[in-house]
Amino acid sequence: MRPGLAAGRWASPVVLLLVWQLGSSTGLVPPRKLPAPTVVWQAAVGVALNGQLGAGLAVSLRRMLIGFVVGALIGATLGVLTGLLRWADASLDPIMQMVRNVPLFGLIPLLILWFGIGELPKLVLIALAAGLPIYLNVHAGIRDADPLLVEASAVLGYSRWQRVRHVVLPGAASHTLVGVRLGVASAWLALVVAETIATDSGIGYMINNARDFLRTDVVIVGLLVYALVGLVIDTVVRLVQAWVLRWRAS
Amino acid sequence: MSRTESAPGNGPVADARGLVKQFGERRVLDGLDLTVRRGEFVALLGRSGSGKSTLLRVLSGVDTEIGGEVTLAGRVSMAFQQPRLLPWRRVWRTISLGLRTDRPREVAVRALDEVQLADRADVWPRTLSGGEAQRVSLARALVREPDLLLLDEPFGSLDALTRRSMHRLVGELWRRHRPGVLLVTHDVDEALALADRVLVLADGRIAAEHRVPGPGSDDRPRGSADLTALRARVLTDLGVDDHEAA
Repeated sequence: MRPGLAAGRWASPVVLLLVWQLGSSTGLVPPRKLPAPTVVWQAAVGVALNGQLGAGLAVSLRRMLIGFVVGALIGATLGVLTGLLRWADASLDPIMQMVRNVPLFGLIPLLILWFGIGELPKLVLIALAAGLPIYLNVHAGIRDADPLLVEASAVLGYSRWQRVRHVVLPGAASHTLVGVRLGVASAWLALVVAETIATDSGIGYMINNARDFLRTDVVIVGLLVYALVGLVIDTVVRLVQAWVLRWRAS
Repeated sequence: MSRTESAPGNGPVADARGLVKQFGERRVLDGLDLTVRRGEFVALLGRSGSGKSTLLRVLSGVDTEIGGEVTLAGRVSMAFQQPRLLPWRRVWRTISLGLRTDRPREVAVRALDEVQLADRADVWPRTLSGGEAQRVSLARALVREPDLLLLDEPFGSLDALTRRSMHRLVGELWRRHRPGVLLVTHDVDEALALADRVLVLADGRIAAEHRVPGPGSDDRPRGSADLTALRARVLTDLGVDDHEAA
């Protein structure tokens, strides 16, 4: 992309913001539906100063972290097992394919019946959201191992462990990272959904609470925080991806 | 298939008797006999589909579902048509992996030095040129100190100039390490330039065998009367007439 065009990409959001501000100032946009950007900014400063934002964000991030790590570990482990071992593939993969075809958010009533309305159903939902795409991609990545490299490793006398460690798993890295990015996005979405249902903490709680008091400005702040954190996490994963696959850059 | 520890003196490092390999109805190898001795450079020629690669897969131990007797003495190692380096490991790692040594890096750098690539030890394989990658692959095969070195058309995808310098390099390395070499190729000139003995594979067995006169390496003067006559005979064995090949 030419530098002029790259800079131009900032133009349209800025124009949108200006139009929004203009509409609010002239009274064209009713403040009950959509408060002015300046009002949203003041609300953001407000919830940041009174500690509501920090506390909510801490809870949400903690949920995300625990749910994601647990789901990713289970998904990756199962993916490696079914990728490497025929019997694991024959016995586990059909179950995973079944679970994968159940719509995730359709499970919420069941999760509430099983685990109540505390933290556990939220974490399970996030873990499922993260684990499934990671499982599928790790599995596919291992199955995709370059047969020429695998054959070479046999001729060159690698042990079984060396073959897995240096040929098969690194070969699956690119697939795996695609799975991680999908898993992160999906887990973040699951977090947002989980936090709109029966919750008393987190960014979702802040949003629901603001809705009850008709504080549209705080609702928008919450949504922006969700978007911003999602963007930051995706950027981090992309940096990790670039580092792990650095051998591909020329 | 059986393996013995090592062959004494210049005994056979590979010995195949009555080798049969069948894919469905088709017998790719059909009662093939082959012996490669230590220190001997053998070139195996054959048209495509003649079973050259199948034979190498058997001798390298990848394919064990075969009929007949194969005896291998000592270590076998191989350089492939595509270099097959691990793209995600630095060059020195890709060489030393699978070796039993306390100083993998040192050993790898020494092997790279032999192919004049010691300064590329820390780069990613993807940054190597085709010729460099093939030299790394050669270093990886030799660092295992093989008794039998299998070369599966390793120069096939290189340009003519690079190929000539690779020939010289392989000749040098072979004289220094003295493994038994089995070079599979479809290039008659390459076979005559490098080998002591040229075999022609056809219909699943060795159809013809020729001794190549001269010292046996790439410094043999090309185009001598002997070689020109031999070249014509090998081409006839392959079922190609000279004009068609040239």
